Amino acid sequence: MLTVEGISTYYGNIQALKEVELKVNEGEIVTLIGSNGAGKTTTLLTISGLLKPAQGKVTFLGRTITGVPPHNIVKMGISHVPEGRRIFPLMTLMENLEMGAFGRTDKRAIKEDLDMVFQTFPQLKGREKQMAGTLSGGEQQMLAMGRALMSRPKLLLLDEPSMGLAPMIVKEIFQIIEKINRQGTTILLVEQNAQMALKTAGKGYVLETGKIVLQDNASALLENDDVRKSYLGE
Amino acid sequence: MFIQQLVNGIILGSIYSLIALGYTMVYGIIMLINFAHGEIYMFGAFAGMILVVFYNVPFFLAFLLAMAFAGLVGLTVEYLAYRPLRRSSRLAALISAIGASIFLQNLALLIMGARPYTFPSPFIPKVYQTSFLTISKLELIILAISFLLMFALTFFIQKTKIGKAMRAAAQDMDTASLMGINVNLIISITFLVGSALGAAAGVMVGIYFRTVTPMMGLMPGLKGFVAAVLGGIGRIPGAMLGGLLLGVAEVMAAAYISSQYRDAAAFAILILVLFFKPTGLMGSFMQEKV
Ligand SMILES: Nc1ncnc2c1ncn2[C@@H]1O[C@H](COP(=O)(O)OP(=O)(O)OP(=O)(O)O)[C@@H](O)[C@H]1O
Ligand SMILES: [Mg+2]
Repeated sequence: MLTVEGISTYYGNIQALKEVELKVNEGEIVTLIGSNGAGKTTTLLTISGLLKPAQGKVTFLGRTITGVPPHNIVKMGISHVPEGRRIFPLMTLMENLEMGAFGRTDKRAIKEDLDMVFQTFPQLKGREKQMAGTLSGGEQQMLAMGRALMSRPKLLLLDEPSMGLAPMIVKEIFQIIEKINRQGTTILLVEQNAQMALKTAGKGYVLETGKIVLQDNASALLENDDVRKSYLGE
Repeated sequence: MFIQQLVNGIILGSIYSLIALGYTMVYGIIMLINFAHGEIYMFGAFAGMILVVFYNVPFFLAFLLAMAFAGLVGLTVEYLAYRPLRRSSRLAALISAIGASIFLQNLALLIMGARPYTFPSPFIPKVYQTSFLTISKLELIILAISFLLMFALTFFIQKTKIGKAMRAAAQDMDTASLMGINVNLIISITFLVGSALGAAAGVMVGIYFRTVTPMMGLMPGLKGFVAAVLGGIGRIPGAMLGGLLLGVAEVMAAAYISSQYRDAAAFAILILVLFFKPTGLMGSFMQEKV
């Protein structure tokens, strides 16, 4: 479904990604783990078009999407929940969800998806008019995910959905990620919480200073000595 | 006396509000003080005058065409002078804005010459009088148009899909583009709308003083900017409030202190705001931006 081939992305002169390769098949949950500054966020930003790679290409459903502006990549079916959630704080919860469906005109289906989002995230119900900036961290994460689902994505990019959340909420978020996946959305999950991510995903990649250093089934990575030492704190 | 001054202040202020909106909308989305805004106001006034005087276009049609024309000028300025510098330093963009302002002013001088043009009022000079208030028909029309435009803008920003996208882009441009919003298009629309409002102010000032000149944008441009800062730059309701307050303050200063203090009042306010509450009355956008 998604193929990333040898992408190198720079911030000015600083090379953040070195020929990153990865593949996501339809229906999977794939996770990309790595420590601070490894280049996880940069990888997602390059896929969704906010950054342009100096080399390499990204293909999605058979089409090359490198160089396509982000607002068109969304329309092709990739939705990105950015690091730090990035909800629109001065807009209401409902307006945030409406923005998620910005590129769509099918009013009926939008309404259906809105119901689906409130079903997936019952905590958001009844707060349609609340300013999104006043929601709790967990609620903001749910809103950011709900907003991303409003574009009816085929592939969902999640950047550290567990960041800064209490263990209980993290568990809940991961359950929801599995549920979204069961309902047919493919997921590329970036996490520092390697434990949770590898338990949830089918396949995993390990990124170190801009390079993919390991890739395997998630269950195998959980057993891998290097991974256990570096990322699972053992 | 006081009520009369208050009403005069509100009339003047509603003009400042319209101008301030252009500054604040642009600042809200790209964090740039559009120094060419005063010139766009002047272009609007000229367009209106030329259509009415030279082509006998009915006033209200000329008014709308002037707004559209200035809107296109604003959009072009953004495209040529600001867009290429989008990822450069803010200083570079600011210098480009000053350049655009000088360019537009000289363009007007080149085409129209330095002499003032008469812009006759299309309304019969009628004055309504009560015991405590004298107001002309023209003043009433200016008030009505200004408030109508402000209500229309508020509706547009709050309720329409494009308006919401403008707010989203102002809060977080990258994330807005992840929603499928074409941010460049939204920026163009912002310039179009802000410039059109500036032109509306220009045309109304033109008929009020019956004059348009290439230099007419200087002072109102500055005052509009002060009003935007006073209200909290980047905040649309702030620009409306800031404009009205500035207008009232100016008229009061002229009436109760000395008419020479009219302009000084604006700049005194600017200094006070920058000193005591740089985020303006409604809180600037910057603060809330993470
Ligand atoms: N805007 C930027 N300008 C310059 N360098 C940047 C910028 N953003 C990221 N970098 C650098 O690129 C590298 C990769 O950063 P990235 O944000 O992709 O890491 P990450 O794996 O997402 O880290 P984290 O887990 O902390 O979110 C880092 O060395 C970082 O310092
Ligand atoms: Mg990151």
